[in-house]
Amino acid sequence: MTTTLQAVPASAATMRVSNPFRRTLIYVVLFLLLVAFLLPVYLVLTTAFKTPGEINLLDVWKLPQGINLASFGEAFTTLLPYLINSLMLTIPSTLISAILGSLNGYVLSKWRFPGANIIFPLMLFGMFIPYQSILIPLFQLLRSLNLYGGLAGLTLAHIVYGLPITTLIFRNYYSEVPDEMIEAGQIDGADFFGIYKDILFPLSVPGFVVVIIWQFTQIWNEYLFAVTLTARDSWPITVELSQLGQGQAINYSVQMAGSFLTALPTLLVYIFLGRYFIRGLLAGSVKG
Amino acid sequence: MPRMNRDRRTALLMITPSIFLLAVFIYGFIAQTVYTSLTDWGDPKKASLAANVKVDFVGLKNYTDLFTSLLNGRFRTDLVNTVFFTVLFLAACLGLGLLMAILLDQKVRGESIFRTIFLFPMALSFVVTGTVWRWLFQPNGGLNVLPTTIGLPALDFQWFTSKNRLATGTWRDVIMIVALVIGLVMLYLGTDNWLRKKHRTAVYWVIGLGLIGGLFFASALTVPASVAKESQGLNVAVIAIVIAATWQMSGYTMAIYLAGLRGIPEELREAARVDGCTEFQVYRFVVFPMLQPITLSAAIILGHISLKIFDLVYVMAGANNTRVDVPGITMYITAFQANNFALGSAIAVIMLILVAVIIVPYLITSLRGEVSS
Repeated sequence: MTTTLQAVPASAATMRVSNPFRRTLIYVVLFLLLVAFLLPVYLVLTTAFKTPGEINLLDVWKLPQGINLASFGEAFTTLLPYLINSLMLTIPSTLISAILGSLNGYVLSKWRFPGANIIFPLMLFGMFIPYQSILIPLFQLLRSLNLYGGLAGLTLAHIVYGLPITTLIFRNYYSEVPDEMIEAGQIDGADFFGIYKDILFPLSVPGFVVVIIWQFTQIWNEYLFAVTLTARDSWPITVELSQLGQGQAINYSVQMAGSFLTALPTLLVYIFLGRYFIRGLLAGSVKG
Repeated sequence: MPRMNRDRRTALLMITPSIFLLAVFIYGFIAQTVYTSLTDWGDPKKASLAANVKVDFVGLKNYTDLFTSLLNGRFRTDLVNTVFFTVLFLAACLGLGLLMAILLDQKVRGESIFRTIFLFPMALSFVVTGTVWRWLFQPNGGLNVLPTTIGLPALDFQWFTSKNRLATGTWRDVIMIVALVIGLVMLYLGTDNWLRKKHRTAVYWVIGLGLIGGLFFASALTVPASVAKESQGLNVAVIAIVIAATWQMSGYTMAIYLAGLRGIPEELREAARVDGCTEFQVYRFVVFPMLQPITLSAAIILGHISLKIFDLVYVMAGANNTRVDVPGITMYITAFQANNFALGSAIAVIMLILVAVIIVPYLITSLRGEVSS
């Protein structure tokens, strides 16, 4: 289980004798909320484990008669090529946007140039715009560069539109590094890259973890660019999942198994590295 | 120092590619979209995908079409859906998120388990959420039959396939009501500030809101008769989307409220208790006022997400369910399925303006605050 936000140890002063009725009420409400949040998970898993013949709208909440893995198998076989597409898209675009973001953050926090105060908010605006407002020119550009339909064009889009958030996170992260350390490096004769390589980069590991997790989750989950800019062979997994349920006879158990498989990578990241995921989440509200 | 200058140049050189890419991919592209929205690119004779189309400048025609032509009623319904969706989604996310944060702030056992589970939907794709909730919202199964598991009768909601519409009115009514609400807010803020001796603020509010309200009132009179009679209202189907979106996003509000609550020094609350405040009063007079800036930024972040929402609705309800339709979907269908780039661009520009209206002031104040602190 992850600890996402650091719990503040309760000070002795606050450990007052509290009203048992109030405590019970708190736990009852929390428990009800917990059940509400997990209902969809229960339905996904039980549906996915049922055989197609077992699925009956009136009995959807019943447990499956046995653990039937056929739907997972079918969903996995169908989704596998698209899962590979997603990996081939997500890994390079995450890494490249993280590295560029780190360099940008370094420049913006330690080598402030005239006009940086104007350029930085202009960059940040890019992470809030509705992507519909750039989609048609983006589509045309990729078409004219012969990048439309494949993964390369989509990768390019994710790198560029990932820059605002990666730059923001690294800029805020490097702002915490005292300027004296940079000055000390300069006195020792280190140049721009020397300072980055020997002073900042070694301190950057947590920053990189936050950015990589954030970008990985965002790009893996993205849909609008994916559905507009790629052709069938290059679809990321989200597009294929959305098609999984479009046939005449919808096989719900395969659809639910597919949803589970699509969610699994980001879910695992969340479960094991939740603390860093939250930091990315909170950084998105600009003040960080 | 010459060395310093060389490093400075290197620094500038390193950030230039990013600045160039963003300048082109954000501002260049936006400019191109704005230009396209002023042309006729996509008329049947000027197919969007044909090579060497010669497009003509048509001014604001696409925009006036969107707001006045009978063919584009779908877009106007989208706007109404977006307003209701945004209001309900914000209220649900902020309310539920605050409730969860306050409960978890009571030093409960297993706090990290609760927190992890309330927040996990944030890690999912809207496509996954849409697929899963479409199954939960099956009118003859899913949530509707959940009560039967404990012997209660099944529910009868139609969820996102519902055709019901509440609070219906024509466009003229809508505009009049908006003008009336603005007027009432103006009166309240004006008198409230005046009585609190903030005379200048009071005058600003009255003049500002008076102008906006007057503009609305005047525009109600200019709406063409054909559109003015068009009936709009809260499509009940939107509520299903709100439920799914709240399931996914309320963990986010919980997380930022919790971070805010943890940032309030315990001494402050203790001092209030020593002064004789009940636990409720501690929240009312100490905690809530301190959470106000957080509420504002959460509302802005969630609000801009709801204005540009696309994938959740598209996957859950399909491309042509007008009862839950939003501008993001209509833009996609118009531009990439009907191949009308000009009209699609006009929708995109309207979406951009709506988002910019809330995001630009937010960015400016947040970065200014950062500099002064």
